[in-house]
Amino acid sequence: MILLRLNISWLWKNNRIFGSLLFGVTAWVCCLLIFIVGFVVQEAFPFFFSDRAWTFISTDWYPTDGWFGHVSMLVGSLLVTGIALIIAGPFGIAVAICIHFYLRGRLANILEFIFDILTGMPSVVLGLWGLTALVPVMSRWSPSGTHVLTAGIVLALMVVPTVIMTSLASFRLVPTNLRQAAQALQLSQATFIIRIAIPAAKSGLYSGIVLACVRAFGETMAVLMVAGNIAKMPKSIMDPVRTLTSNIALEMAYALDTHRASLYMSGLLLIACVTVLVFIQASIRTKDVAIGQ
Amino acid sequence: MTLQNLKYIFKYCNLIFCGFSTLLVAQPSLSDTGQLTVTGSSTIAPLMSEIGKRFEKMHPQTRIEVQTGGSSRGIADVRRNLADIGMVSRALHTDEKKIFDGHLVALDGISMIVHKTNPVMNLSKQDIINIYTGATTDWTTFGGPDTPITVVNKAEGRSTLEGFLGYVGLENRQIEADVIVGDNLQGIKTVAANPNAIGYVSIGTAEYEEAHGTAIRRVQMDGVLASTELVRKGEFEVARELNLMTKGTISPLAKQFIDFTQSKDVRDLIEAQYFVAVEKQ
Amino acid sequence: MVSNQKRAVSRQQDFKNKVFTALIFSLTGLLLLVILWIFGQILIRGLGTISWEFLISNPLNSGRAGGIASILQTTAWVLLIAVTVTVPLGLATSLWLSEFKSVRLGAWVSKAIYILAGVPSIVYGLFGNTFFCLYLQLGYSILAGGLTLAAMILPYFIHTCLLGFNLVDNQWRLGAQALGLSKITFIVQILLPQAAPAVAAGLILSIGRATAETAALLFTSGFVDKTPESWLDSGRTLSVHIYDLALNITGGESGAYGTALVLIVLLFMINSLAHQLVVSKRNNRMDGMNG
Repeated sequence: MILLRLNISWLWKNNRIFGSLLFGVTAWVCCLLIFIVGFVVQEAFPFFFSDRAWTFISTDWYPTDGWFGHVSMLVGSLLVTGIALIIAGPFGIAVAICIHFYLRGRLANILEFIFDILTGMPSVVLGLWGLTALVPVMSRWSPSGTHVLTAGIVLALMVVPTVIMTSLASFRLVPTNLRQAAQALQLSQATFIIRIAIPAAKSGLYSGIVLACVRAFGETMAVLMVAGNIAKMPKSIMDPVRTLTSNIALEMAYALDTHRASLYMSGLLLIACVTVLVFIQASIRTKDVAIGQ
Repeated sequence: MTLQNLKYIFKYCNLIFCGFSTLLVAQPSLSDTGQLTVTGSSTIAPLMSEIGKRFEKMHPQTRIEVQTGGSSRGIADVRRNLADIGMVSRALHTDEKKIFDGHLVALDGISMIVHKTNPVMNLSKQDIINIYTGATTDWTTFGGPDTPITVVNKAEGRSTLEGFLGYVGLENRQIEADVIVGDNLQGIKTVAANPNAIGYVSIGTAEYEEAHGTAIRRVQMDGVLASTELVRKGEFEVARELNLMTKGTISPLAKQFIDFTQSKDVRDLIEAQYFVAVEKQ
Repeated sequence: MVSNQKRAVSRQQDFKNKVFTALIFSLTGLLLLVILWIFGQILIRGLGTISWEFLISNPLNSGRAGGIASILQTTAWVLLIAVTVTVPLGLATSLWLSEFKSVRLGAWVSKAIYILAGVPSIVYGLFGNTFFCLYLQLGYSILAGGLTLAAMILPYFIHTCLLGFNLVDNQWRLGAQALGLSKITFIVQILLPQAAPAVAAGLILSIGRATAETAALLFTSGFVDKTPESWLDSGRTLSVHIYDLALNITGGESGAYGTALVLIVLLFMINSLAHQLVVSKRNNRMDGMNG
């Protein structure tokens, strides 16, 4: 067509043309990505301007009666994520310490390999395990076994590989001369790790935990299968709960009009939370750069 | 020269990307192909799946896709043209009848179920209300073991929930449940997995699962054991219709399929699922 | 006196050391035990279901019997669509961001991409359901599912490509400019070959992430367990099948575990491939910097 009439060899040799070409594609992709967010905002508008919009801050979720309270589900998401981090944080950092400081050679490689693979574990499979193996165990202590704690444990197992891999990477950045200096001063391994290595790798460790937080917060399937899905404020750790993500999954199929728009509002809320977390992580990393590691 | 070429480049690129997008839009609409999308009630879905398979065997080149999601999903999908036919496990409301056409397929009801090992045989309506509002919290009140009751409720948008609420005269916000399930079968599975659970499902599904050895048992409601027989005779309190619904003019394939569903040819399939067959006169 | 004090201090240190070491090892051991429990369950309960017939026959009786052939096909097709869309767009975008950007604009775009990579998959499912299924009238189809997945893994793929391109030492860029090479030559001859393992690893990880995805597909490609015959047909992927069997179908556990085992083996192959590429890349980079 048009291109056949041009001598296009200059195309490859001219930076600006090629750059513009790529820019065209990038602009298109960026438009696409902006479009996705804009689409979510646009679909949430009807809820925003409806007369039920104020119910957003209530705790009751009864869509057929016009109650679109997100608070109980936000609390549910935060609770489950919190428990997951409380469990996954110490375990993850401990394993990273074990691999990097205590194990040598093949064993370290094997463990690292295992956890690297585990980062890609599908959530349905963990949910399946949770439903068939963990819930029966938990049901000895509570009526149904599907509650906040179960969901927290399953989520912790999902994000612990992320914590391990990022912690490992940040421990690797700790300069080796620090370790040699500690050995020269006859400090024990434990003192070295607790007093020197961990503070040195602190920002990387925090960064990993925030990353895990983002992952846990956005998790849908594993939580859907083991949390009980009652859209009320949980009064204890053994109470069933519904998270924002599971709510969207459960209600999306049949929601119409205002109800559907309220689900998009949930989606916006999720995007907002993730944005906050990403900015937190970015500020951790710039502090890192400033210290000069 | 360079600026001109630039313009050509951009036009060309835009053409490619626009063409890509148009390709997506310029597809034939759903009802023109030999394909039907049927979504909605999880009670009717297994039956429709079987009927669909038989229909496909009789008419090769057709494809009947059945998906669950609840009665409200059926209505929503048909309204938005995402599905050709919707499955609704209740009678259509008056305002719905203005927009949609209903086609009766079978009759069914709702029954309370407990785990097979639960010794409780009968629950009065007040008992059920007490259990579901959280007034009674363990099985000893009804002669059962000293364990807490796990209350299983259905998600909003499910006709089975509506039917249950109508029967006990409660609103959804008054119910204190321990677990919320979506599909009919999920309810069965949850009760079968927990000796302390109580839930409510379609009679047909309950009888089917009991016959196939699943660990559930229908419990008598005010001394009456829900069964397909009672529904057939019209003597059961919580009976309901199983409907297919469509919007406006339907494709010939959809009409053919709906006629097939209401004909004598599928009576055996309906009864194998423990529903009451209703034939078009 | 001094030596006594020293001995007491070192005994204290010894004790603390031992406690700490014990703590670390017990935490690690506990985690490994749980992981063993999980995989043991999957292996034991899934191995009995898997056979050659399982892989080549279609599901029967809602998945309680039969196999997963149609589901494997659906998964492959959905992934194909996702990859075909993601690779050219993602590569072009990350190339521009890495080589042509102005610094300020690039920082914002990078952050935006990072946020999008962290957005929950269910939000993409919501977007895909309304945009692809309704507005574009694709209905519940594997095309809609594939495109939704593409939208989901695009930011992730761009992010990993950017990381890979950033790892290429700036010396190469300066050297190329000094020699008067055009950008395209630099990209094709120097940048891509060096970053290829990282880019490939990123692609493979994105594929892995897409394969493990369930929430985004539930309402875009649907639940139907038959083999799709056209792009507009609905179909279910491996993860959706596991979800249905686990939650809804009584007696579906064995089928669910069998499918889970297949899925995990698949993901294991995908992720170990990526791991190899990254590890060898790390080794190669060391050589490159020294040499």
